[in-house]
Amino acid sequence: MSAEHLHDLTLTVNGVPHPVSVPARRLLSDALRHDIGLTGTHVGCEHGVCGCCTVLLDGQPVRSCLMFAVSARGHEITTVEGLAGPGGELNAVQRAFQECHGLQCGFCTPGFLMTVTALLAENPSPTEDEVVEGISGNLCRCTGYQNIVASVHRAAALMTDGAGEPRP
Amino acid sequence: MTTQLFGQPVERREDPRLLRGEGRYVDDLGRSAAAAAFVRSPHAHARVLDVDVTGALNVDGLLAVYTFEDLPERVAQPLPLLIPHPALTHPRTQYALARDEINHVGEAVVMVVATDRYRAEDAAERVAVTYEPLAPVVGLEQSEAARTLVHADVPGNRGAHMVQQVGDAPAAIAAAPHRLDFRLDIERSASTPLEGRGVYARWDAQDDSLRVYSSTQTPTGVRAAIAAILELADAKVEVIAPDVGGGFGVKIMHPWPEEILVPWAARTLGREVKWTEDRREHFVAANHERAQEQHVSVGFDDEGRILGLDVTFLHDHGAYTPYGIIVPIITSTQLPGPYRLPAYRVEFSSLYTNTVAVTPYRGAGRPQGVFAMERTVDRIAAHLGLDRTEVRARNFVLPDEMPYDLGLIFQDGRPAIYDSGDFPESLRMLKELIDWDGFTAVRAAAAAEGRRLGIGLGCYVEGTGVGPYEGGHVHVETNGRVMVSTGLSTQGQGHETVFAQIVATELGVPMADVHVTTGDTRRFGYAVGTFASRAAVMSGNAIALAARSVRAKAVKVAADALEANPDDMEIVDGVVRVKGSPADAIPLRQVAVLSNPLRYSFSEEAKAATQFAAPADPDEPPIPRGEAPGLESRDYYSPIRSTFANGMHAVIVEVDPDTAEVKVLRYAVVHDCGNLINPRIVEGQIHGGVAQGVAGALYERMAYDEHGQLLNASFMDFLMPYATEVPRIETAHLQTPSPLNPLGIKGAGEAGVIPGAAAIAAAIEDAEGYPIMRMPLSPDDLFRLRREHAEEAAS
Repeated sequence: MSAEHLHDLTLTVNGVPHPVSVPARRLLSDALRHDIGLTGTHVGCEHGVCGCCTVLLDGQPVRSCLMFAVSARGHEITTVEGLAGPGGELNAVQRAFQECHGLQCGFCTPGFLMTVTALLAENPSPTEDEVVEGISGNLCRCTGYQNIVASVHRAAALMTDGAGEPRP
Repeated sequence: MTTQLFGQPVERREDPRLLRGEGRYVDDLGRSAAAAAFVRSPHAHARVLDVDVTGALNVDGLLAVYTFEDLPERVAQPLPLLIPHPALTHPRTQYALARDEINHVGEAVVMVVATDRYRAEDAAERVAVTYEPLAPVVGLEQSEAARTLVHADVPGNRGAHMVQQVGDAPAAIAAAPHRLDFRLDIERSASTPLEGRGVYARWDAQDDSLRVYSSTQTPTGVRAAIAAILELADAKVEVIAPDVGGGFGVKIMHPWPEEILVPWAARTLGREVKWTEDRREHFVAANHERAQEQHVSVGFDDEGRILGLDVTFLHDHGAYTPYGIIVPIITSTQLPGPYRLPAYRVEFSSLYTNTVAVTPYRGAGRPQGVFAMERTVDRIAAHLGLDRTEVRARNFVLPDEMPYDLGLIFQDGRPAIYDSGDFPESLRMLKELIDWDGFTAVRAAAAAEGRRLGIGLGCYVEGTGVGPYEGGHVHVETNGRVMVSTGLSTQGQGHETVFAQIVATELGVPMADVHVTTGDTRRFGYAVGTFASRAAVMSGNAIALAARSVRAKAVKVAADALEANPDDMEIVDGVVRVKGSPADAIPLRQVAVLSNPLRYSFSEEAKAATQFAAPADPDEPPIPRGEAPGLESRDYYSPIRSTFANGMHAVIVEVDPDTAEVKVLRYAVVHDCGNLINPRIVEGQIHGGVAQGVAGALYERMAYDEHGQLLNASFMDFLMPYATEVPRIETAHLQTPSPLNPLGIKGAGEAGVIPGAAAIAAAIEDAEGYPIMRMPLSPDDLFRLRREHAEEAAS
């Protein structure tokens, strides 16, 4: 089997251009993690069900394990590493998860943070049902979700208070 | 001011890192490592006739292909039997790579190493294995019938048989005014952490040493196994559990074949090798739990008091018994729960099947035992027409009977003796929380709207904090940092936080100064592991004892320096001072300097500890006899026996009259794990456990077909609950401290899952009006049950 053809492209992640050279079959999740070294995006199932690998593509949540890296050319990708401020200060969603104990092992957490960021950008004050519905595409095995739901409400409150805007 | 941090719901120390995406899980490490992939058996039971690797050899990036024939002698031995037991008469463990026989779908046959995972999988799929399929044994009934054997040399497929008894249960049942006999079934489930297994090994040829990162609940166990099997000195093997993306029991199993093969390949190839399990591999190659078939006989009096209980059960331990028979032993010994059983007999057979091996999953045999006991109590109540809580209250072990000896031998080989608990008070709290007595009205109001509601409860006692020991090391550095380490590892329980709370409280330092490391053999080499709800009890107490020694030493050194009486000293906010005289004070970091007599100074502060700095007694050595330099201490906690936590759950369900869908409307938990170190974290543990309990009752099962194929080996088909399936959980805490350990704590990690299936079965039974004798229960199952009972009623 001969060497694979590599595609040279630039992935824009958290506003930073990253030149990569990848085969056509390279998943976006693998390119982020192993080519660029942004390992905050996690891979829990590689079939698009668990939501651990959720990133934002032009502000919309997508499963980076269901997308090829070459397909992300020309799009703005946001990962969990892009949420905190320049000095590492947690944004409103991150702070809410800490305050409400919305994470335990932390493996699913980046996917939840990205999903919730998109959810609150679209709906800044979701009802209980809207929160549950909004996170119902992400699996968590540790928390039983109760504190994640509380975290989303808390994040909405923090953002309404102007205590912090979700990035981006 | 130093706050009393023990008992406070402080925010977690580990969170900022994890929230920024800066967690470091195994697959986040080793970007330049070669990748391993495995060829796994598609058959449940087969002979391996031939392995042809030629198709893989021209794959670009291939580094190595290994079959059983390639393994050195020691690696080619069967993997260890971790927990031998006299009742396990026919133990069998697997080979790291299959030798000649396959015993479950997913068993590793060939290991491929390539420059990246894509190429490794390209090569793996070009390996041709020729199998001779054999008849598989799937399920307990087939295994017990033993028309086909899993292992040709294990008669009756029976790996273990064990009986424990207190009194003469058969005689007590025969003499009892009432007797009931019935069968219960529980299906398979599994821990299913979101991060699967993973191993990353770095061989250092210059140093002749090995460093292994593994997603494990026991780095010291993995190190011992690797050192033994790869024939290396312990000191030349370091094992680190970095951030671990959930464990729930499955990662206490060790060594996995991959934990031996990946380090071996790294040494053989002279380069870093990493293997990251994918989701399908986790379903078919990481262990499962739960499945049992139980036969219960119970004798009781007119008031519902149990006179004798006789339980015989079959336990499906899958293809191998690497973890011994811990799960069915726990079922046997924890089955009595909070009840006084004047006569109890329990007998189990642990049977082989051609399925993935069974080792502990959160709860570890207790959900099955509790299911048997609680279903039994509910049957008694139904038989006598009594309130289910009343029958429970009449059978409870009472607080003044503590410590209460069950007369059984627990999983640690020691007597099962309940150390404390107040079951009547827990039940009172639970009834109040769920408004048990008000439910009749709730049910009637719902019925008026055409809705069908039911209520149920489940009680349990959980042996936690099993030995043999854990250790802790506390070191105050000369910069004031308090470095803490313990050997067991963390999978989301917040150990960095709770252990820091303990040390901050014991030592009198700000929590921000305390830095905790877990699961790293470089920092602490003696440990057992994180399982059996033991980390807080074992390492928490060990760390507390170490912190107390450090405190005593600090006070002594400071008292010498200040020419004060040690009894008059206190440590507040990191400063050792004379009580009532805050000016006579010395910071801990300075005490740390003074505790280490120096020849060479390295800073302004260090000068004070050099040999010409202060007058000293010329007739005494600089370090008093029996003492050691440095403000540090290492201590161990080794309990006489386990401490027993307990709890009670109550559930209100609504069953759909048409679709048979079950919806949990309310879920109430009363929990008693002794003193709480961090209530926020304990609540989180309960929530997660309850979610797994609900999952095990209504959604999750391992669906093996008759060929031993796992039909639902993906998250598309294995129904792990999302937020939409888990109810809101209401909790209340009772705190009866354990008299067995210095902190008065009991384990909390597994509790939430234990009575879930029992309580939900009870609630469905209450709503439907006929007995629920098996779990889990899908809408389809419930629909069939309804139809059967309707047909029975009609005929």
